[in-house]
Amino acid sequence: MTLDRRNFIKLLGGASSLALAACAGTGGLSGPTGGRRVVVVGGGYGGTIAAKYIRMMDSSIEVVLIERNDHFVSCPFSNLYIGGLMKDLSPLTIKYDKLAANHGVKVIQAEVTGVDAATKVVKTSTGDVTYDRLVLSPGIEFRTEEIKGYDMATTPEIMPHAWKAGPQTVLLRKQLEAMKAGGNVVISIPLAPFRCPPGPYERASMIAMYLKQHKPGSKVIILDANPDIVSKKGLFLKGWKKHYDGLIDYRAAKKVTEIDTRGMAVLVEGIEEVKGAVINVIPPQKAGHIAHVAGVVGTDKKWCPVNPMTFESTLHKNIHVIGDSCVAGAMPKSGYSANSEAKACATNIVNAMNGKELIDFSGINTCYSFLSAKEAVEVTGVYKVDKGAIIAVPGSVGVSPDLSETEAIYAESWLKNILTEMST
Amino acid sequence: MTMKWSGWALATGVLAVSAMAQAAPPTAAMLSNACAGCHGTHGGSAGPSMPSLAGQSDKAIVDAMKKFKSGARPATVMGRLAKGYSDAEIAAMGEFFSKQKLHATNQTLDKAKIAKGASLQEANCGRCHLEDGKEGKDDTPAMASQWLPYMQIQMADYLSGKRKMPEQMQEKVKPMSKADLEALLHFYASVK
Ligand SMILES: Cc1cc2nc3c(=O)[nH]c(=O)nc-3n(C[C@H](O)[C@H](O)[C@H](O)COP(=O)(O)OP(=O)(O)OC[C@H]3O[C@@H](n4cnc5c(N)ncnc54)[C@H](O)[C@@H]3O)c2cc1C
Ligand code: HEC
Ligand code: HEC
Repeated sequence: MTLDRRNFIKLLGGASSLALAACAGTGGLSGPTGGRRVVVVGGGYGGTIAAKYIRMMDSSIEVVLIERNDHFVSCPFSNLYIGGLMKDLSPLTIKYDKLAANHGVKVIQAEVTGVDAATKVVKTSTGDVTYDRLVLSPGIEFRTEEIKGYDMATTPEIMPHAWKAGPQTVLLRKQLEAMKAGGNVVISIPLAPFRCPPGPYERASMIAMYLKQHKPGSKVIILDANPDIVSKKGLFLKGWKKHYDGLIDYRAAKKVTEIDTRGMAVLVEGIEEVKGAVINVIPPQKAGHIAHVAGVVGTDKKWCPVNPMTFESTLHKNIHVIGDSCVAGAMPKSGYSANSEAKACATNIVNAMNGKELIDFSGINTCYSFLSAKEAVEVTGVYKVDKGAIIAVPGSVGVSPDLSETEAIYAESWLKNILTEMST
Repeated sequence: MTMKWSGWALATGVLAVSAMAQAAPPTAAMLSNACAGCHGTHGGSAGPSMPSLAGQSDKAIVDAMKKFKSGARPATVMGRLAKGYSDAEIAAMGEFFSKQKLHATNQTLDKAKIAKGASLQEANCGRCHLEDGKEGKDDTPAMASQWLPYMQIQMADYLSGKRKMPEQMQEKVKPMSKADLEALLHFYASVK
């Protein structure tokens, strides 16, 4: 048999992925790095982009991406699934094989359990990995200790948060489907800052849309710890009036401090009891667990302070933090922000490794929200560094003038593009 | 002795990267990479409605951005976004995207419409939309392989008067039937 070009390449691809699996299994990345290895933790909105862009800008730098799962499910658009607009989560799911094949990113499926900043070693469930620079994009963890009765292992199975997409998203949808008509759905929103400021209000819209069609007599009760709707207030109120009048009972300044999973109730400030047939408790948030382990969380014990240009931790040299876990000045915690931060971080890591001048940050945030099956709105802004902090460029930040079908069409394309960026 | 924060940082070597306070202003790549979350890596859109910017001429991009910024061209997001950039930054991004390869797309299109559009395009649109839409005269945007839903939204805006059509384009477009215009867009979307 002759080996033609295409088969030869196939063989090569096969061989290299085998080699990868082997070195992942034996922890074969604990040796010397040659001074040019970047390890990225977390294959979500921030991590995939940092890994890909470093390789695109300088393929002589070795990039190892460590992620606990073999796939990633996007939170953006998961509210549409919860509302019944999507059959399954496949349009929201990406894999990592093309990042490896197209860009030579070494992908390791493992749990990162420790970081030794002094010796520059990352500890994982499959062995140690040495780094020259480390990028953490681990997303969020929950401050469950602030809710009495909340148990991280069991509570989400009864009162799903669905604030990390995947099985939790599916569970919340199933609970809604199983709910008897007339039952109430309670959504509790934590104090800002949290991942995706407009997310909870989009969720309320999508759930109300489902109830309106399928559960006569049911409504959504929003218990918001914040003094008011955090994002796109005018647009949400307009959409709710237009489509879900009487179906969304919004209650401001109602902080849930205790839960009762047996009685299916939550307690506001420990006294006012609110019952629900389905209860979606979105707990208050902090940087991903591994950021705490690595010692890069600030004095607030929640988020990671970083240099606004390089996203290097102000607490540990050679460790960079991007995405929801970091404090990026005026930028909200969103997938689009994580995408922009990752690119700036990648640019300056490459420049620093090559002894080149560092470049100031320029980034964008966009967040689309659906109000109904066909209408969306968005908030958008351009961000830059001024006097050592990330600020919004004056005049660039704003929201859609109205609910818009055109924006819904563009929103779907946004999702397609950003997920394609992350996975190819 | 108490040590000031900056002194501590220098002493421990933390902020080694960040201490090099003198950073260069955002480069064309830094500015343009931020657009890719919507328009695709290097401006090659995965579709189906966000326009590709890759391979667009710098004149067309600069012209579009300036019109977005001033409000002369209607937009959903671009009006606000364009206000975030100086003219020099816009010029830099125009150059960045013009240097990328035109992004070939595989769209589901109607064969009969493509054929009809092909027969109409040279005489009606070819004066400005050059080389089957792969290039454009002056600030005329390239349309080859552009996403069909995007061009349909733009054509609808032109026809409703929301987006102002160049006068000489209007002379050609006005007398045409909706079906012929639709065929032309299918044609341009099919060009690779
Ligand atoms: C309902 C909802 C809707 C949203 N809608 C939008 C939207 O429309 N637009 C938008 O821009 N943003 C939206 N967001 C916000 C967006 O999801 C986050 O801001 C974004 O995911 C942050 O990216 P990240 O890289 O910081 O974290 P993530 O994307 O969460 O990625 C973190 C990754 O790290 C992995 N990981 C963590 N710790 C470890 C470890 N120790 N070892 C190995 N792997 C680890 C995780 O498995 C995960 O894959 C929404 C969020 C929610 C909840
Ligand atoms: C939130 C998504 C989003 C981001 C981010 C974004 N764009 Fe756009 N862009 C759009 C949409 C949507 C349109 C269509 C016009 C509209 O409705 O705003 C568009 C249209 C354009 C056009 C016109 C294309 C043509 O062929 O007519 C140009 C040029 C453009 N964008 C440039 C940019 C640049 C440069 C950036 C980065 C600074 C950018 N865009 C960032 C969504 C985006
Ligand atoms: C006289 C020159 C000219 C002719 C003839 C012309 N166009 Fe255009 N066209 C332009 C210019 C210039 C623009 C961008 C102008 C603007 O800012 O709106 C444009 C924009 C467009 C756009 C929007 C593309 C985008 O990326 O936003 C479409 C679609 C289009 N033309 C279709 C056509 C069709 C179809 C024909 C033939 C029937 C045609 N044009 C004939 C000059 C022309």
